[in-house]
Amino acid sequence: MVEGRVLIPGNAEGRFLRLQAPISLWGGIDPVSGIVIDPRHPDYGVSIGGAVLAMPGAVGSSSSSAVMLELLREGNAPSAILMASADAILAIGILVSVELGYSTCPVLEVELSALDGTPQGTLLRVTSEGRVIRL
Amino acid sequence: MTLHLTTEERAFLVGDHGEAVSLAMRILVSAAELLGAKALVRITSAHIDGCLHHGDGGVEFAEKLVATGGRVAVPTTLNVGALDLLHPDTVRADPSKLAMARRQMDAYVSIGAEPTFTCAPYQVGHQPAFGEQVAWGESNAIAFANSVLGARTERYGDFLDACCALAGRAPLHGLHIGQNRQATVVVDATNVPDALKDQDVFYPVLGSWLGLEVGREVSVIIGLPSTVSRDQLKALGASAASTGAVALFHVAGVTPEAPNLDAVVGETQSVDRIKLTADMVKGALKRLSTADTVERIDAVAVGSPHFSITEFEALLTLVRGRRMAVPFYACTARATLQELEVRGNDLLQLQEAGVEIIADTCVVVTPILRESGGVLMTNSGKFAHYAPSNTGYEVVYGSLEDCVESAVIGLVTRTEAIWSW
Repeated sequence: MVEGRVLIPGNAEGRFLRLQAPISLWGGIDPVSGIVIDPRHPDYGVSIGGAVLAMPGAVGSSSSSAVMLELLREGNAPSAILMASADAILAIGILVSVELGYSTCPVLEVELSALDGTPQGTLLRVTSEGRVIRL
Repeated sequence: MTLHLTTEERAFLVGDHGEAVSLAMRILVSAAELLGAKALVRITSAHIDGCLHHGDGGVEFAEKLVATGGRVAVPTTLNVGALDLLHPDTVRADPSKLAMARRQMDAYVSIGAEPTFTCAPYQVGHQPAFGEQVAWGESNAIAFANSVLGARTERYGDFLDACCALAGRAPLHGLHIGQNRQATVVVDATNVPDALKDQDVFYPVLGSWLGLEVGREVSVIIGLPSTVSRDQLKALGASAASTGAVALFHVAGVTPEAPNLDAVVGETQSVDRIKLTADMVKGALKRLSTADTVERIDAVAVGSPHFSITEFEALLTLVRGRRMAVPFYACTARATLQELEVRGNDLLQLQEAGVEIIADTCVVVTPILRESGGVLMTNSGKFAHYAPSNTGYEVVYGSLEDCVESAVIGLVTRTEAIWSW
């Protein structure tokens, strides 16, 4: 079990997907399908929809909030996000989604090295208290 | 750690000043809490990066602000939209998408923001003074405001920038606070040949390397000439903010917070020092092109960030009396286009050479390039970074001169000699 700081609270489950490099959602993820579209990214072609997504960092465009909102509106957002350090750009897209009556996506700030032993695809539960539990 | 709100801010939050301000404050307060801010800070201006249509959620949000009586509380400019409102046939999309894109741009104008529609508001009169607290969106504009102007903003994304504009406040955190503006990385460019450092083509490459290397850290670059231009710094920042989350870089002896190295590393305990080598620069140069071995190009795009009047002057010198063999797009602000129009002949000569000027938007944020795909040549590190994913085009990076020479014959022509050291 790993504990993190709750940035956006919520309960969620999904398969663990650890991105191999930082990503800019804008220009990096298709806002409708949730697929990595940056051909230079090592996870090119992978879908982040429904995953418990570990992000080594968020980079690039400040339009990433908008992409996060569209992913939530389309139902192709990750089920939860685990970030190495708090990033307002992603969180804002989630806050707006909730204001507009769409779904939320829990976000935790966690030490990603604590997940080094967790294989990709492991079914994880994220709790509103900030725990990541292997199912 | 709790967020302290003033009496006035609490009144904003509970709706005493209308639902739009209340909504803005709810988002602002949640953001401030998750960022660990202890208070909000008053801002003097905002730049909203919310005009670009990514999907209908963005339209809904903007129209909700309008419907609930939203009004910006500080002078506010607008970033690019998905349409060239001055040349309506430029963008290819189905009518319903065009209509939604238009609604999104209109909504932000309705709340009192200026219809600048540019990613380079600092080129069209929006120039906060040194030390001013502002809330800007658009990664290159953020880097420019902090680094080149010495104003103070964090990286505000879509929506939060609008919330800040409505509330006239931003979370007091990060780069709004002086001590967080000190450099943690020193980049030594002393070894880079002066001849290369004089060239515009060097700066997007340096920026691209910097973003990958430092991520979100504040850096200071030493060993650049004091003559480095605003356009070169703009290109450096835009590139660094594409490959990394760079919101502030200093150039010792050039940018306003770094009259010398000590001014920006003095208070920092530990500083990483990196000496720029030929391999680092060449690696970054290579990475900017995805189609290094191709010969033919299908289009050229310049103007990310939006072309300045100085850059148009340079382009004009290169294209005057010549004719481009492939589509050549120059993206700029409507205000800069108006400046060109006043000059009359300049605009005509650019058009006669085959330069298509795009206003209010640009070729990587909305469908403008021909659908057939192919190879795009650019002198912009930001276009080079985003074009493959956003347009499906392969990219070749080169100088403005390279871009023009290549466009005239339709084949890649690059001056490689300046990179050998």
